[in-house]
Amino acid sequence: MTPPQRRRRYPKPDPEPYSGPDHELSRPDPDPTHPTDEQQRPEGEKQNPERLYVITGPDGVVRTDLDLVTLIVASADPSPSATPEQAALLRLCTAPLSVAELSAYLNLPFSVVTVLVSELLTSELVTARAPVIRQALADRSLLEAVMHGLQKL
Amino acid sequence: MDFKSSDTITGPRTEDHLPHTAQAAVKIVIVGGFGVGKTTMVGSVSEIKPLTTEETMTQAGVGVDDNYGSETKTATTVAMDFGRISITEQLVLYLFGTPGQERFWFLWNGLFEGALGAVVLIDTRRLEVSFDVMGRLEERGVPFVVAVNTFPDGPRYPVEELRTALDLSEDIPIVECDARRRASSRDTLMTLMRFLHSLAMSGALK
Repeated sequence: MTPPQRRRRYPKPDPEPYSGPDHELSRPDPDPTHPTDEQQRPEGEKQNPERLYVITGPDGVVRTDLDLVTLIVASADPSPSATPEQAALLRLCTAPLSVAELSAYLNLPFSVVTVLVSELLTSELVTARAPVIRQALADRSLLEAVMHGLQKL
Repeated sequence: MDFKSSDTITGPRTEDHLPHTAQAAVKIVIVGGFGVGKTTMVGSVSEIKPLTTEETMTQAGVGVDDNYGSETKTATTVAMDFGRISITEQLVLYLFGTPGQERFWFLWNGLFEGALGAVVLIDTRRLEVSFDVMGRLEERGVPFVVAVNTFPDGPRYPVEELRTALDLSEDIPIVECDARRRASSRDTLMTLMRFLHSLAMSGALK
């Protein structure tokens, strides 16, 4: 029996830069009286999707770039004025916890949790420990540390 | 939005707490078609019971004839299972099992860009479901290894025949694994790490 055949692909010459998580939860109908950039461009030209909808907190707090594995640690107890969501989040991360774990335990979508965390970061109730991401030149000692850790499993 | 009252939220068990010394996390992505064993692999090596994070995508639908003028909305929820392995007192590894359907990937923007690398889990009974995933990883320059999750009733191909069928270069490791077994899943992750290390040594990791 012959297996089906795939064809290899190659890195795109101009990869889309990573500019933080996108959170297009919904796409409101574009205003027909204001044509978007997309509509003004020649048809077929590939463009990055426009960010049409950004969730911000009640004060218009812009979300910080949070990764699924950014570790969040509470730096204060919830104040009496904290919302139930904020209070629950603060109680969860008395020890470091990733945004993904917060999302799982709070049973809230990832994008919603990033809003809550951004608000708490702004009010300095939590601190964030950024993830180590893949670099152009990988950190060999990091890779070796992960290998040693896996070997212990 | 539904929000559980704080009384009902179950946080991590005491033994699932990370030490306060945890400074940073890295991630590895396990991709593959539906039912290929991604969650099984995550669960077999994770120190915590696999958790699920989800994202919701709301789409405005067009009203149909019988309810003209009203708008219907459909929400699609895309879930992703993940697990965790403490590497050192400072470093944590997260494993994400991600569905292969590329149309949902925008929800997890940054997942692949920041990942150390990926394991593409394949099922020889449905080899073609993994083709697109591999292409996307190649386009994004995410290094990956291929792991064949061995199912008893799946066809067995010699590695070189698989390499030809998958159009993979000589340096990309192809291994067999049993995602249910911790040792086998760990060896697959080790294969990925050794591959990443060799790329780093040769300076080829872009």
